[in-house]
Amino acid sequence: MSNVNVEVTPLPGIGVKKDFALRGGRRIGVITHRDGKIELIISKSDDPDACLAELPLSVDEAAALSNLLGAPQLVAQLNAEHQDLPGIHTRQIPVGAPFDGRTLGDTALRTRTGVSVVAVMRAGQVHPSPTPDFTLTAGDLMVTVGTTEGLDNAVKILKRG
Amino acid sequence: MEHTALELIELGAVFFALGLLGRLAGRIGLSPIPLYLIGGVFFGTGGVIPLSGIEGFTAIAGEVGVVLLLLLLGLEYSASELVTGLKRSWAAGLLDIVLNGAPGAIVALILGWGPVGAFVMAGVTYISSSGIVAKVLSDLGRLGNRETPVVLSILVFEDLVMALYLPILTAVLVGVGLAGGLTAVAVSLAVLAVVLLVALRYGHLVSKVVDSPDREVFLLKVLGLALLVAGFASAMQVSAAVGAFLLGIAISGSTAENATKLLEPLRDLFAAVFFVVFGLNTDPSAIPPVLGWAVVLALVTTLTKVGTGWFAARQVGIGPLGRARAGAALVARGEFSIVIAGLAVTFPGIPPELAALATAYVLLMAVLGPVAARVVEPVARWARTRIPARRQAAAPSAGS
Repeated sequence: MSNVNVEVTPLPGIGVKKDFALRGGRRIGVITHRDGKIELIISKSDDPDACLAELPLSVDEAAALSNLLGAPQLVAQLNAEHQDLPGIHTRQIPVGAPFDGRTLGDTALRTRTGVSVVAVMRAGQVHPSPTPDFTLTAGDLMVTVGTTEGLDNAVKILKRG
Repeated sequence: MEHTALELIELGAVFFALGLLGRLAGRIGLSPIPLYLIGGVFFGTGGVIPLSGIEGFTAIAGEVGVVLLLLLLGLEYSASELVTGLKRSWAAGLLDIVLNGAPGAIVALILGWGPVGAFVMAGVTYISSSGIVAKVLSDLGRLGNRETPVVLSILVFEDLVMALYLPILTAVLVGVGLAGGLTAVAVSLAVLAVVLLVALRYGHLVSKVVDSPDREVFLLKVLGLALLVAGFASAMQVSAAVGAFLLGIAISGSTAENATKLLEPLRDLFAAVFFVVFGLNTDPSAIPPVLGWAVVLALVTTLTKVGTGWFAARQVGIGPLGRARAGAALVARGEFSIVIAGLAVTFPGIPPELAALATAYVLLMAVLGPVAARVVEPVARWARTRIPARRQAAAPSAGS
């Protein structure tokens, strides 16, 4: 599926650098410090050896960024698969504060809206087919399948509780 | 009672003054090491404020400072990182030894300090300050750069070379002659190999011995073990510092990280005392006569370090700008040059001018290094637009 070649370079005394070249030749990647600190790195356009930016990210920020980058791909894939089923849509819905620390079963999404939760995305990780006892965290993205109406209701429920 | 009061006041004044100097260094973006040295020179014999009565404490505290400097250096690297560093950069590492050891040795010979003095000065001008270099790279946002792994591997290589150099230096200073020197080389090579092997295979066991969930217990165990190892190494004439370095390598994983966090403030305290003690033992009036040589050495070894970095970066296919950056990043000399000179000056055969030259040299290089790393990029860019045709021909020194 992917032809991205991630290069892993140890940085003795500091941590590990993982990066890859974009189609345009610039490089993008992440430095993981030994103490767990994460930095996003982007190379300069005129000098691929140097970095334009080194942005320190907190764990939450890194998780949010990876959800933003990872979820659309999954949603696009599911949408493509459901193309021949009219009226069925896939959507990513953020989990709001009311359900922070509560289980998926507590949302009762299926009973209230008819929407199915296909996966929960957290920190760039996909948790497929979550069971009702799956514990949610605010900021998780739910990948859901259902009718437009059902999905709209699900958005409201997840936001307000 | 009066005596104790005076000692406490003196010690307090020294630490407080160092704190102010460290803050000043931070303000102007410098490593605090040169300022600590200057502080020591001022407090010391012939200096502005001569101190007396605390030598007993400062001497042993300085020794502990060296042990902690090397212990934390060892903790920073895992054994596998050392092995990859060795594999990746041995060619550049050897060039580094020749290019940067030679200037110091030659100057020492010209000044008539003999082969032992030459060996000491070669070490002083050879070894980059991994502390200053790592800080500069992170301050300038260059950790993600492609030449940075090259720079770090060279630092790793230098640190391993030092693990061999210090025992040999100790043997040479004691005056054991050629056969004894060779024995020291063999012994230290064997010990280094065994420690790397043990650390790669059984590092978790060593970590287990010192590890403890209780901070206090952990601190006491790590520090105690480090001093024990250093003491025994010293008794076997292998150099206390190297013993601590090897212990640091053998401790691995999360234990190493926790130990680093706990020991860092202690290292900063005792290392500061070590630099001050070195400054104390340097007679300020001995510096002006050797200042000219220090400047010559500073200029020459800046060029040779840039050449080393340039060569190493070119080997892995980094562009000209990156090569210049790698070279300039390595320029700084600091704590380990002083460790080497500090070890040497305690022996009678070494002229006191050597301490003065080492002090002056490190003062220059600790300031020059970060500056070089900062200005190299604009200078290299300017050079590229200015002399595009001559670039190829003048490649090895164009970055300076």
